[in-house]
Amino acid sequence: MNDPTMRAQMALTITELMDSDPRLVMVLADISAGLFEDAAAAHPSRVISVGIMEQTAVSLAAGFALEGFVPVVHSIAPFVVERPFEQIKDDFCYQGLGGNFISIGASYDYASDGMTHQAPGDAAILSTLPGMEVIVPGTPDEFDALFREIYADGSPTYFRTSSQVNQASRPVRFGRLDVVRTGAEATVVVVGPLLDRVLEACAGRDVSIAYCTTVAPFDAAGLRALAGDRPAPLLLVEPYYAGTGVSAVVQALAPAWLRVEAVGIPRRVLSNYGTADEHDAALGLTAAGIRARLDELLAAPLG
Amino acid sequence: MTREDQRASDPAMQPMLRLLAGTHGDDKHDPSALSILDVVWVLYQRVLRHDPANPRSEARDRFLVSKGHGPIALYAVLADRGFFPAGELAHFLEFDGRLGGHPDRNLVPGIEASTGSLGHGFPMATGVALALQAKGSDRRVFVLIGDGEANEGSVWETALLAGSLHLPNLTGILINNHSSTRPLGDVAAKFSAFGWAATTINGRDHVAIEAALRAQDMTRPSMVVAEVDG
Repeated sequence: MNDPTMRAQMALTITELMDSDPRLVMVLADISAGLFEDAAAAHPSRVISVGIMEQTAVSLAAGFALEGFVPVVHSIAPFVVERPFEQIKDDFCYQGLGGNFISIGASYDYASDGMTHQAPGDAAILSTLPGMEVIVPGTPDEFDALFREIYADGSPTYFRTSSQVNQASRPVRFGRLDVVRTGAEATVVVVGPLLDRVLEACAGRDVSIAYCTTVAPFDAAGLRALAGDRPAPLLLVEPYYAGTGVSAVVQALAPAWLRVEAVGIPRRVLSNYGTADEHDAALGLTAAGIRARLDELLAAPLG
Repeated sequence: MTREDQRASDPAMQPMLRLLAGTHGDDKHDPSALSILDVVWVLYQRVLRHDPANPRSEARDRFLVSKGHGPIALYAVLADRGFFPAGELAHFLEFDGRLGGHPDRNLVPGIEASTGSLGHGFPMATGVALALQAKGSDRRVFVLIGDGEANEGSVWETALLAGSLHLPNLTGILINNHSSTRPLGDVAAKFSAFGWAATTINGRDHVAIEAALRAQDMTRPSMVVAEVDG
């Protein structure tokens, strides 16, 4: 198991914000409770670990939101997204309440724990919810910046933290693609912690690279501005199920004709253990693997 | 005392029954609505601090219908209290109406939470109770659940949680019209085992309902099991 630095940043950021924002409430389901001991000591009425009952944790957080508080619910991805999905949908989205859901254990960060502790479908299912914001930071600092920017924006927001991080932070803003560089051969849209691998993969290639940390709502205008009316082939590189963002990309560039290739985690049962790096290597989510997919895309005949 | 006797003895209930009779639709959930009517009417008439002119007043007590089913009874009581015109009840379930088969807090004045999917409102109410504590408010939170709803695991998660949190400002009302596929047995004993102050009453007896809802154990949450005959 990795030591997720984004996780530590989450606790630091929220603990600090709780001192200045009396609306902020932390709802835990045992996971990471030890990281919030200082916050709980300082604000005992606003930090609660309910125990191992994630559905109740989300509904309880909605109760806080009904009273004007800004709740944060946190657990490992499958337990804060998939298990209480209906509570997120009904209690937050349908009621029009704001709140935050922060996961650790992105995709197969917890590879050694097996598939029950993995959720490569989290961004896909949350993107089906009206009004849901999905944030995928690539570094602890990016988490800090994005969380501070929108944690109290009145919408339900999912922050997908990971033990896999990029070396350097980018000047990220909510809802905006960050254009890393421009080129003519192709456009590469890369999500969160895969940026470093994409930069390495694209070395020597004249391609545009757009860094995406807000998956929903997707920055359609930003992509149109970058790719233009006659977009070059587009490679979408995602740290979750491959193709999750294809519809957003296609809709952003419609009605332009578009060749798009999606790189990510295949939708099949992953029964290996080991480490996240070993899974990446096996699935081609490495710089070399991404480069191979880019080369294939550019070599493919039109039509 | 039978249900009919009780309602006949309380003339103020008659407008409720007339309002219910004037509604229509297959989704009235008649048994569900009638099972909660007495409790909801007594709650609003005699116990709950509320202000129809200011439905979101901080000074109000909160009432969440966790099960969300049978809301026509709640709508009738809210209309009777003046939250919205009684004439709207005739538009129950209509496309352009705001009174749906399950209540929507963003459409209907006086509705605290949008519910209908079973097992959501009970933990939500627990969150509201904690939020009021964090605000330093002494207002109370009432939450109504059904015996069928009590099949849901989240109900028992919440029973464990609220009991262990010793929330004196939370009062649950479990309407037991014996609709649960799985018999619940002694429900009050189960909640007592989770640390609640639990009591069982006749859910048609208005005096007993008022007494049970007014009672508040300042060391723990309360659960009123209201037995009704359907």
